[in-house]
Amino acid sequence: MEDGRIRVTRRDVLRGAGAAALVGAVAAGQEPAAPPAKGLARVGPGAVRVPFTLNGAAAEVSVEPRVTLLDALRDRLDLTGTKRICDHGACGGCTVFLDGKPVNSCLVLAVDVSGREVTTIEGLAKGDDLHPVQAAFVKHDAAMCGFCTPGMVMSCAALLSVTKNPTEEQIRRAVAGNLCRCGTYPHVFAAVREAGGGRGADGGAGEAAR
Amino acid sequence: MANYRIIGKAFPKVDGLAKCTGQTRFADDLSLPRMLHCKLHRADVPHARIVSIDTSEAEAMPGVVAVLTGKELPTPFGILPVSEDEHALSFDRVRFIGDPVAAVAAVDEDTAYEAMRKIRVEYEPLPLVFDPADAIANRTPPLHDYGDDGNVHKRVSMEFGDVARALKEADLVLEDVVFFEGNTHLPMEQHASLALPEADGRLTIWSSTQTPHYLHKAASKVLGIPPSRLRVVACPNGGGFGGKSDPFNHEIVVLKLAQKTGRPVKIALTREEVFYCHRGRHPVLMRSRMGLRKDGTIAGLHFESLLDGGAYGSYGVASTYYTGALQTVTYKVPVYRFDGVRCFTNKPPCGPKRGHGTPQPRFALEVQIDKAAAKLGIDPADFRLRNLQPPKSVTANWLEINTIGLRKCIEAVVQASGWRERRGKLGRGRGLGIACSSYITGAGLPIYWNKMPHSGVMVKLDRGGGVTAYCGATDIGQGSDTVLASCVAEILGVDLLDVRICVADTDLTPVDLGSYSSRVTLMMGNAAIQAAERAKDLVARAAAEKLEVPPSRLVFSDNRVFDAEEPEKRWMSFAQAVVCAEAKWGTVATAGSYTPPQSPGRYRGAGVGPTPTYSYSACVVDLSADEETGALRANKIWIAHDIGQAINRNLAIGQVEGGVYMGLSEALMEEMAYRPRRQGVHKIPSMLEYKSLTSMEMPEVETILIEDPDDRGPFGAKEVGQGPLLPIMPAVANALFDALGVRVDQVPIAPELVLEALSREDRRAGPKSYPDLRIGKPVRILTPEEGGDGYEVDQERKQKQKRREERTKA
Repeated sequence: MEDGRIRVTRRDVLRGAGAAALVGAVAAGQEPAAPPAKGLARVGPGAVRVPFTLNGAAAEVSVEPRVTLLDALRDRLDLTGTKRICDHGACGGCTVFLDGKPVNSCLVLAVDVSGREVTTIEGLAKGDDLHPVQAAFVKHDAAMCGFCTPGMVMSCAALLSVTKNPTEEQIRRAVAGNLCRCGTYPHVFAAVREAGGGRGADGGAGEAAR
Repeated sequence: MANYRIIGKAFPKVDGLAKCTGQTRFADDLSLPRMLHCKLHRADVPHARIVSIDTSEAEAMPGVVAVLTGKELPTPFGILPVSEDEHALSFDRVRFIGDPVAAVAAVDEDTAYEAMRKIRVEYEPLPLVFDPADAIANRTPPLHDYGDDGNVHKRVSMEFGDVARALKEADLVLEDVVFFEGNTHLPMEQHASLALPEADGRLTIWSSTQTPHYLHKAASKVLGIPPSRLRVVACPNGGGFGGKSDPFNHEIVVLKLAQKTGRPVKIALTREEVFYCHRGRHPVLMRSRMGLRKDGTIAGLHFESLLDGGAYGSYGVASTYYTGALQTVTYKVPVYRFDGVRCFTNKPPCGPKRGHGTPQPRFALEVQIDKAAAKLGIDPADFRLRNLQPPKSVTANWLEINTIGLRKCIEAVVQASGWRERRGKLGRGRGLGIACSSYITGAGLPIYWNKMPHSGVMVKLDRGGGVTAYCGATDIGQGSDTVLASCVAEILGVDLLDVRICVADTDLTPVDLGSYSSRVTLMMGNAAIQAAERAKDLVARAAAEKLEVPPSRLVFSDNRVFDAEEPEKRWMSFAQAVVCAEAKWGTVATAGSYTPPQSPGRYRGAGVGPTPTYSYSACVVDLSADEETGALRANKIWIAHDIGQAINRNLAIGQVEGGVYMGLSEALMEEMAYRPRRQGVHKIPSMLEYKSLTSMEMPEVETILIEDPDDRGPFGAKEVGQGPLLPIMPAVANALFDALGVRVDQVPIAPELVLEALSREDRRAGPKSYPDLRIGKPVRILTPEEGGDGYEVDQERKQKQKRREERTKA
């Protein structure tokens, strides 16, 4: 838990039935197949209703316990901004906030977000007001192909939520789990330094937008 | 320098906002009502005859709508007309682990996956070949029934001038054997496609492809439908780097399944499958013999390359030529011989990755030059300055060079890095290395022979003042959408965001050959300028009548059309001017197109290497090398790139840094690894285990753009997407020599190789020998300096070639 990320192993996901601590999740179908382990509620394998807060509004999704948060967001809730890239927790492309902290949504079971708050790239801007990280990414061209960008933006926004005016080293560490094959890293560093209130060090964005 | 409003500035890219808010729709983000999901059943053996395919269990599964095997798609395809050796689904034979055999369309992805696993294929194993040296020695039956012999797909040998004599007369001859391991693109976006059948029998596919035009050709051929009945739309690519340049099995399969089921069908490959699609960097073993004069000039070069092509042709014939084409473009090589061989092996097919066939020889050459400079006691930077090709010249192998900014590039990085003061003085374990490169700004010839333009752009003006630009080019992250909008906005004097772009749609846009070979900015840009100039001319003539001034006096700027002499008195808004034009001429829509100039080389093989103009790069790497562990770390990289003219400064610098990133990642860690004793299975088909550079290893990069406009580029622009990758790997190797005095003649420069070099008496790690390629006599071509005409010396071949040309003309 050192970085505040939730630890759910791939193996847990592959086992099928989720046996994680469930707060408020309601089994929609049958009785639990096996007695729950001490302190854990067992649900599934049928669909389970998962009420949670999504981008500031009440939401609910009905999924089997084996479904990841990533798949629930993309395939059930049509929030395709969060990207499925490695699907193994290796690339950070599916980063979202869970209770304000960044997680790889491919490593979180959807049932585990019951009663909790999830923020995706679609919920980061407040109406027309971009999050400062998004605005700085646009200005500094910190997105090339744009596929790692949603995850990268979320990791950087998470950093700024706990660290004002981060150093380049802090930014590097914050995105160490976010792969970018276009190699936008220098532009990402420049954008986040500027968004963090630091001077927009020369990342190539000499001239700002109109 | 010209005074532009948009060109050369650092405006945010036109698609930047959508990308930073998650609104860009990539292929995997699309879905349609009643959509089916497709999964491919892939071979789990590397080489076998297919005895039978049993799909009955899969077909019986509830939720399965269709199962497809290769018998329904018997027509072969491939990106190059000379190697159409792939099938959408293999029906008689599989050639590598991952070769697709059957496909399922089902109501959801899970059902499709389960059904895919229930397909039973009976195989009869065939002998395996994983090493090109075995393929050369003809120890195994061939994978294909075409090619030069056995498992040799392509054998090339060309000699320009008398190389043997030049090497004999040289003061110093260096011979090096170098190996560059294969690696893959690893784009963040896995390939995805969605096919839609329409009521009238037409088909549409949205796909993550860099080459919608070539997919259009290949898919319509395999499906047996006229191209007019198929629409290909390339979605924005979440990275390509060459990995989405071939027409792919899964694209043709979902089209067929859509046709068969009457429902939309989607496929999104898993990350593991992307490793099997591959088409990445060829592993290449090379031998280079360079003759030098005492004054530090190159007297002649004999370069040999052996490519491990994997199981299919892909772009391999072009890749083979590219390993030998550009050696003469960076430095003056008066006489030159090239021998290249590509072999088939039972591994995922190799193809074009950023730099296509040129990073491997570039590594060999730049490291050899470093060694030559050391032997001759010349500073490596000075050595390179002494050997520059002159501008507006023709190389020994008949490549026409337009402008060269390499001298400025070298001088810029030498100065910025403090090369003269710091090299050799950083203490043990730290060093500086330099390397240079050149790259094509677009292939001079299309993939299939034709005389049509390589890129077309249409411009349509709306009476409300909006402008729409249409082009077949695909934005793969390189920023082609922004380049298109910038060129048109600059000419018409409107805002960047007033240009709506419509791209990469074979129904709606004129053909652009695709986002490969660094061709889009130059070719699409020139077509866009022509289209926009034609529209501007119509508007100017109409507005001039109204304003009562000659059209030549009108200026288009800041969304206004005004008289240059009385800008505040005689003017109208751009929208008003368009209204005048529409009233005078009717709908204002124009088109522009671009065809590259013809290259002087006429010999067989001369088609690979020519380009309208070459870009040049030079870089210096500051490297730390740990003697204990062999670990390398780049502290800083200075890179100067001859771009002619940046269209967008921010994007151009991003492309340079991206090239540096990928080059450094290849230099230090990237490799495709297989287990030959485990049936050739891929060792590490995952993003975690396929090592690539992260934010923690990305060094500081100082980019210097050298801007001398090239008369063939749009506003003078040259390419920037690929060239800057090329010098990084050799500069790292050369910096390692400065740091520890050892040579690693192999990429990636892995820690164990550094330690091996340190432990050996010759202070070198790398390949020890080069196999006999059984080349025979090379095709001889006289150089321009020898008074050649660009044809082979062999009269018979020459006559044949001339007859062929006349036939094509007729």
